[in-house]
Amino acid sequence: MNLLVCISKTPETTAKISFIEDNSKFNTEGVQYIMNPYDEWYALVRAIELKEKHGGKVIAMNVGPASNDIIIRKALAIGADEAVRVDAEPDSSMFVAKQIANYAQENAIDIVFCGKETIDYNGSEVASITAEMLDLPFVSYASKMEFDGTTATIERDIEGGVEVVQVEKPFVLSASKGLAEQRIPNMKGIMMAKRKPLNVVEAVGHDSKSKLLSYTMPQGKQEVKMIDPENMDELVRLLHEEAKVI
Amino acid sequence: MGASTLESMINKSKVDKYNHHDYYGIDDLLTEDHLLARDAVRDWVKQEVSPIIENYSEKAECPTHLFKGLAEIGAYGPSLPTKYGGGGMDEIAYGIIMQELERGDSGIRSMASVQGSLVMYPIYRYASEEQKMKYLPKLGSGEFIGCFGLTEPDHGSNPAGMVTNIKDDGDAYILNGAKMWITNSPVADLAVVWAKDEEGKIRGMVVESGWKGFSAPEIHGKLSLRASITGELVFEDVRVPKENVFPEIRGLKGPLSCLSKARYGISWGAIGAALDCYDSALRYSQERVQFGKPIGQFQLTQKKLAEMITEITKAQLLAWRLGSLANEGKASPSQISMAKRNNVAMALDIAREARQIHGGMGITNEYPCMRHMMNLETVLTYEGTHDIHLLITGYDVTGLNAFS
Repeated sequence: MNLLVCISKTPETTAKISFIEDNSKFNTEGVQYIMNPYDEWYALVRAIELKEKHGGKVIAMNVGPASNDIIIRKALAIGADEAVRVDAEPDSSMFVAKQIANYAQENAIDIVFCGKETIDYNGSEVASITAEMLDLPFVSYASKMEFDGTTATIERDIEGGVEVVQVEKPFVLSASKGLAEQRIPNMKGIMMAKRKPLNVVEAVGHDSKSKLLSYTMPQGKQEVKMIDPENMDELVRLLHEEAKVI
Repeated sequence: MGASTLESMINKSKVDKYNHHDYYGIDDLLTEDHLLARDAVRDWVKQEVSPIIENYSEKAECPTHLFKGLAEIGAYGPSLPTKYGGGGMDEIAYGIIMQELERGDSGIRSMASVQGSLVMYPIYRYASEEQKMKYLPKLGSGEFIGCFGLTEPDHGSNPAGMVTNIKDDGDAYILNGAKMWITNSPVADLAVVWAKDEEGKIRGMVVESGWKGFSAPEIHGKLSLRASITGELVFEDVRVPKENVFPEIRGLKGPLSCLSKARYGISWGAIGAALDCYDSALRYSQERVQFGKPIGQFQLTQKKLAEMITEITKAQLLAWRLGSLANEGKASPSQISMAKRNNVAMALDIAREARQIHGGMGITNEYPCMRHMMNLETVLTYEGTHDIHLLITGYDVTGLNAFS
């Protein structure tokens, strides 16, 4: 069984976010990067668990430049068997999905695992576009998954509840919290990862159909306004006109 | 990790907000192995140590469940060969692992440095192949916990004066004497013990805790390294089979080679404690408002913080260079003394300054500085005191021995 886990590189959660070039580009200066937690903690670990139970191999896949190799090495240290990096700077979800779909098709992948979203752009697009390109079933926001080798029973988070779906392999899944528990790589895994194959491949051609114009930062938190308890009219006015809650 | 995960959940309030600090881009000097090892141990500390450490430290109780976790992450003897239960990594990786553990707590780092540098290392370096295969894999996996007996009640800085001794008795030696200030001893399965033979030569040996005449009472009342267990080793006519005595090594260079390994790790570890104090003080200085502005805006607070990161950066470069020398097998004991002494004193100074920035909050266990400060008082004098290390440097640069 071939399990493909798509991993992204995202800024570390405490990174200070700013933009350059007329707010059209993310400022990478001084930013620390991590593997996207939904990919690492849930998608990758569940794939490794399935391999441990049913056999086969886990392939970690990333679309990005050579500087991403360290997060790919981490995926190998956690337990992926091999890795592939498409050597290109991704410019859209369509582009990334195209690369994944192409690889999945050529390598007889049984299940494609993605995180439910990356924690930087929160697109939640790659997994669904990949499924569409492959003409495969897609189960999103999976928080629990049982698998008998052929059929998967998956609980997915929906607004205010849980939906249970059944699907046969091959399929595409996006992982949310609960699908697995984080595994911290140990020193043995880190050293073994060096001997596992990391194949670098060229991107398949693709015309971008959208283009990014600019980013806007959210407004900073405003200071708390203190109102004299005698001045109820002012409080009512502020709640009505500024906060717009009454 | 069942019990520890449960405890992590109970103590949810203690969120470890530690951020990475790398003022001089020293990460660029590190390899992928080093960075992955650092992040893994940092994640492990955030998950397993930070939520519980104040509690264990306050109770003066050793979180013994972490012995297994330290083994799982690979913190025991990371630079020893994998065949002997080690990690097959380089000396910088070992240093970084110690740094991240001590970022959590000096006591947790001590648990790991004793097992790796003072127990596994001498067995790896001096024991017979059969003894290595008997003990090392089990020490590496945490199935056995070890301790190291050199210091005696009347012989600390002068270990050559030891009185613990062995006498030949056919197929065994009879061991008598006592050792003091032994990290891990009350919970240890075995001890690497140094004792004089009948010729007055210092010999090393592995003594198992179950053997008749061997006891390891705990030392109570420590106001430092409270989450690490410390005890004595008492030997009353203990029969040590001859195969358990290291065949070749004679003299003080045996134990001193182990201490070099451990001191090297401490020179990195202390940076971790300093970083944690700096990190906490920096955050507090931005959150705490007095006279209408964050205290970080006051010049005297900035002086403290600026000096802290300057000293940390210098210590990081010292440790990195020492690590590079150690990788080439060229780090001399005197160079290790210099780094251990400088970096521990640096960390202790920073813990005190950081405590001040926190004001009254700094003396509570809401913040880590006071615990680190108390711990570092031990680190300042164990594995060679602050003063003795200075005399080692003095001897090295003058060629004149102040001890004789």
